[in-house]
Amino acid sequence: MTLVASRPAVDVRTRKRRRLRPGPRIRLGFLAGPLLLLAIWAAASATGLLDPRFLSAPWTVVTTAADLVESGRLQTNLLASVQRVALGLAFGVPLGTLLALVSGLSRWGEALIDGPIQIKRAIPALALMPLLILWLGIGEGMKITMIALGVLVPIYIHTHNGLRSIDSRYVELAETVDLGRGAFIRKVVLPGALPGFLLGMRFAVTTAWLFLVVAELINATTGIGYMMDLARTYGQTDVILVGIVLYGLLGLFSDAGVRLVERKALSWRRTLAS
Amino acid sequence: MATHAGELSRKEGVVVATHAGELSGKEGAGEPIRVKGLTRLYGERAVLDGLDLEIAPGEFVALLGQSGSGKSTLLRALAGLDGDVAGTGLVEVPEQVSVVFQDARLLPWQRVLDNVILGLDGAVERGRQSLAEVGLAGRERAWPNELSGGEQQRVALARSLVREPRLLLADEPFGALDALTRLKMHGLLRRLFEEHRPAVLLVTHDVDEAIALADRVLVLDHGRIAAEQRLDAARSATEVRSELLRALGVGEVPAGRRDGRPHRDG
Repeated sequence: MTLVASRPAVDVRTRKRRRLRPGPRIRLGFLAGPLLLLAIWAAASATGLLDPRFLSAPWTVVTTAADLVESGRLQTNLLASVQRVALGLAFGVPLGTLLALVSGLSRWGEALIDGPIQIKRAIPALALMPLLILWLGIGEGMKITMIALGVLVPIYIHTHNGLRSIDSRYVELAETVDLGRGAFIRKVVLPGALPGFLLGMRFAVTTAWLFLVVAELINATTGIGYMMDLARTYGQTDVILVGIVLYGLLGLFSDAGVRLVERKALSWRRTLAS
Repeated sequence: MATHAGELSRKEGVVVATHAGELSGKEGAGEPIRVKGLTRLYGERAVLDGLDLEIAPGEFVALLGQSGSGKSTLLRALAGLDGDVAGTGLVEVPEQVSVVFQDARLLPWQRVLDNVILGLDGAVERGRQSLAEVGLAGRERAWPNELSGGEQQRVALARSLVREPRLLLADEPFGALDALTRLKMHGLLRRLFEEHRPAVLLVTHDVDEAIALADRVLVLDHGRIAAEQRLDAARSATEVRSELLRALGVGEVPAGRRDGRPHRDG
């Protein structure tokens, strides 16, 4: 006879509780919605319900994209757009962070900086456009400034908020172990504000693409927005759709990139999501 | 040991003792901790009222008192954490003071070892030793969140001891721990104290904890030291205990009921 762990003889029945949690995760569940949309679109095009002059079929968009890649137009325009966004982020993110630090760490900094940023936030970005064009012309400088200014706001708001919500007990701790101001910023302030900064970063990357579209649709000779605007003139809905899909993908990938960084950088956190 | 006197400065007619006073140079390791005429005001209310206190080097002192008796205020004054509180008096503490709070207060985004050596450059080896001393060797790379409450408090102990303090201030350090863990921590603290010999001021509301750990127990009442009991071989702990309880206003507690509750039967 072998010894096995005895199972309970009686099947224990308990009253079934109502489950309030959403249940286990669905693998690749985030794809379900977009795939359904795509299926409806394809079905409507195939049955002729959808006029190609109104909206091209999905497969036309794919072949058009292939053609654009072959001719090199897509790459050139994509590169121009990515460059603008990268430069806009490169100026806007450090500036927003710096302003948030100064404003969060000193009362005078807050008095001087916070007001203007809140005002900037209240002004629609498009309203600044005419002024920027007058000041900077219609070249790259204007577009990058536009993106940088747009990015600066969410970075500032969320970093500042993250910084202000650092537990004062940690500040007291820093005082008892005699941390210098530099070490205090490096060990307490920056890591403490990092969750806020990264949230701001997620808004910032999507904002950057948004402002890019605005800047490129109005006056540009390269970029995805320019490519789309040109297609509008010739009534090429397929090219416009390629542009839209591209913008969507770029926004999605940049957001996923930030979230990846978030997961790595905030691995010390135990939250609801993990 | 470098000692510094609390520098007195006048502010709106009230003398405010600032902790980070001038260093009065190197002096012998035998300098006691001195508090003279310490008054701390919250509004009109004097939480500390001309308090005098002396702690010898290497002495373990426990401070008892009811809630609101000013225990934490005194500790914060010694730690120099009360810069914004009005008051007068002289505070002489060594340069190297460490504080252990009721919450372990570890930075959640720094790994355990980095928490221990926070603000000490290149003290990695000392930090490791210190962690080993509190029984946490091998946990250097863990995040504070991954540790239990008792383990977190041990990290906090390592963080204060790695600084080789001449005065260790502990503000109800075991208050948030369960009874079993608390007993283990008592043993650990007493052992670490024997090895490092800092002067210790332990704020607690637990009479038995005070008796188990300290050489001398003080009772704070209305902003002054109201009673003092030295623990030595000549007197039994029970005797000391009942006198302390009387000083705390708890009155006679029947022997055998160590938790201070009245008998329910009878």
